[in-house]
Amino acid sequence: MTAMTSAAGPTAVRGSGSRHLAGTWPLLRLALRRDRVVIPVWVGVVALMVVSLPSSLKSVYSTAAERADVAHQMLTNSSLRALYGPVFGDSLGALAAWRIGAYAGVFAGIMSLVVVVRHTRDEEESGRQEMVSAGMVGRRAPLTAALLAALIANAALALLITAGLAGQGSSGALALGLGVAGVGMVFATTAAVVAQLTESARLAKGLTGGLLGAAFALRAAGDSAVSDGSSVLTWLSPVGWLENLRAFAHERWWVLLLFAAAVTIQGAIAYELAGRRDVGMSFLPTRPGPAAGRLGTAGALAWRLQRGGVLGWSLGFLAAGAAFGGVTKGATDLVGDNERTREIIERMGGQSGITDAFLATMAGMLGMVAALYVVQSVLRLHGEETSQRAEPVLAGAVGRLRWAAGHLLIAFGGAVLIMLLGGLGLTAGYGQSPGPILGACLVQLPAIWTIGALAVLLYGVSAQAAPAAWAVAGTALLLGWIGPALDLPAPLLNLSPFAHLPHLPGSEMTWPPVLILTAIATTLITTGLTAFNHRDLTTG
Amino acid sequence: MTKAITVSGLHKSFGGTHALDGLDLDVETGEVHGFLGPNGAGKSTTIRVLLGLLRADSGTARLLGQDPWADAVELHRRIAYVPGDVTLWRNLSGGEVIDLYGRLRGGLDPARRADLVRRFELDPTKKGRTYSKGNRQKVALVAAFASDVDLLILDEPTSGLDPLMEEVFQTCVEEERDRGRTILLSSHILSEVEELCDRVSIIRKGVTVETGSLADLRHLTRTSVTAELAGPPGGLAALPGVHHLDVQGARVRLQVESDKLNAVLRSLTESGVRSLTSTPPTLEELFLRHYQEDIQAQEQAQEQEQEQTETGTGTKAVPR
Repeated sequence: MTAMTSAAGPTAVRGSGSRHLAGTWPLLRLALRRDRVVIPVWVGVVALMVVSLPSSLKSVYSTAAERADVAHQMLTNSSLRALYGPVFGDSLGALAAWRIGAYAGVFAGIMSLVVVVRHTRDEEESGRQEMVSAGMVGRRAPLTAALLAALIANAALALLITAGLAGQGSSGALALGLGVAGVGMVFATTAAVVAQLTESARLAKGLTGGLLGAAFALRAAGDSAVSDGSSVLTWLSPVGWLENLRAFAHERWWVLLLFAAAVTIQGAIAYELAGRRDVGMSFLPTRPGPAAGRLGTAGALAWRLQRGGVLGWSLGFLAAGAAFGGVTKGATDLVGDNERTREIIERMGGQSGITDAFLATMAGMLGMVAALYVVQSVLRLHGEETSQRAEPVLAGAVGRLRWAAGHLLIAFGGAVLIMLLGGLGLTAGYGQSPGPILGACLVQLPAIWTIGALAVLLYGVSAQAAPAAWAVAGTALLLGWIGPALDLPAPLLNLSPFAHLPHLPGSEMTWPPVLILTAIATTLITTGLTAFNHRDLTTG
Repeated sequence: MTKAITVSGLHKSFGGTHALDGLDLDVETGEVHGFLGPNGAGKSTTIRVLLGLLRADSGTARLLGQDPWADAVELHRRIAYVPGDVTLWRNLSGGEVIDLYGRLRGGLDPARRADLVRRFELDPTKKGRTYSKGNRQKVALVAAFASDVDLLILDEPTSGLDPLMEEVFQTCVEEERDRGRTILLSSHILSEVEELCDRVSIIRKGVTVETGSLADLRHLTRTSVTAELAGPPGGLAALPGVHHLDVQGARVRLQVESDKLNAVLRSLTESGVRSLTSTPPTLEELFLRHYQEDIQAQEQAQEQEQEQTETGTGTKAVPR
């Protein structure tokens, strides 16, 4: 540090640039210190997901002929292309990149946007930034530190993927690693721009997440139309660039320039905005609210706080359902020659009829994502308590149970609503059999509720323990999403409540697991609320 | 008349730290009671026990004749609470929050609400995130003073208020007292407490160390006396209760315990008084005395430790 300062000394004219960045190094260390658990976990899980794929693919498709066969089938089926993208080669590496690439990119994007917003807008919103900026901290230092933290996380991810897949071909491994990290950095810079525009960190994360979802949807739409990734729609999406890098299939290195250009342009915009605006302020103005309010109960307050989230999730589920329903039409094209392929699809959700299996898989996916909704909604209790906003409300004539009930009704009732809307979307997109599809969506509810109920239990026992509910939902998601493809042992897969549900549509409705899971959820909620009613409130 | 708050022998620990260590507190109905103590003495913990947010480990607490934990909801209809650090929902306007808090209590008097909003110069249309600290505090104060309740619990309510608003606050407290309401006021602004409170309790390390009216408490402490005499004073040092005696020719400065003041005055008049100022102890001195005892005890303990390490005997007594 000292050497750098003295070296820069004589050319102090350059100072105006570096003054904006003063304090970046300590801020970066602060960011990494605060994220020392979160970033390694994200990087580790995503890297493991990618790196473990070739060996499990090898156990499924052991011969080159089998692989060529499945690659051909996957390429000809537009639904599967929409889900995973086109297959560009039949090597283990190419199949792994095909199967997981887009998802790894999406996960890297989520990680990056969360990191960037957390260290920029979140800090300003909480008021902490004010104290930090009062020190020797340049106007652009917080943003730089946040982007560097994201860069370090993405670089680590790229390194792990490159090293882990090197056995399949080092240049392919490098391309996939750089591509995944590239998607991450693109959305890190997107988040950096959005964080300048909004005053709320929650909104910044939501908007950037929406853009990420839109990028995935563009790629899916493009890929379902053409089989070589050449659609304009695919080229408009950073997630599409990742597949067009063609890792393990004659890499097109120049595609990396697209990532670099997007990162540079978005970064420049964010820097320009960050240098011009006031700390804590945004470019989107806030409007005044009413001078008098009609809110009169804790339940009404809960709804007021959560209604935006419920609306967002509802629209998202309706759209996702319609998109999934649309690609399901093509699922019947799938030639059932390959036993193992069909087996995977079947294990992922269905037993008879490839369309039913596909629909069941889609309903299951919606269900697992809905578990994230229910956890997020339950954890509003935790957020309200730890931010000291619950204290004055509970100092009013509001019982703890009544206060909690408002939020829980929205969490557990909202799960019914979004699954219903997801089902309606699926029906609309698929164009037939509304009854069975709605049934398939609603049968997910006991498993969704069970995960939400675990969140209630954790929160009830201790506010500090509550965020562990994210790990529960994340584990269920990973087990359900990639567990079957990884050939994990049944006892492990059965840890997820989703594993016990009847695979509708297509198979018999079985009531016992549904009823048992509902009973488990009820017990967990009751226990959690009883514990909550007897514990101390977290105080400041 | 029943007491508004009775607390006796309250204990509460968080892990290994004892926040409350047998605390007692009595607040009469209709009085403004000052609740004083250094940071970390346990004031906010006591208040949160009184609000049923924390559960006491042992001891009894009664609020308006009811149990703060078991009867929380019923009680809260009759209580308004203002925390020292008000956090608002970022997307709700101040007016919405005032009305919400009012409805979560016994109800809100619309005329009084409008009057208070005007007097506190609060813009109720602004969203929670745009309020400054002082303005957030005003939102909670308006909601509390406009509510139809019997007891107000104010935990350092004026932090962040400017002096003008501080005055509005004091007027509001007096109005509440005139209407027969009880107020528990925890505060660090001793002039405010001196101005408003009928009685005060001082706590330290989770124990009540002093309680009573200001007059009672003053009685226990020292008055500062400065006098210019006709001749040199005699025999002052021998009088009981005299401290910090400083004689320079005919000029005398001393501190005397308030109940020993008579003898000092008699002795002074014997020498012929030319001028005399006598200052009663301020609350600040009262408060600092308890605070400093703490510091002195610490210093002594440290000295003792040092001596032990230096001499290695460890048996040497330190004179008080």
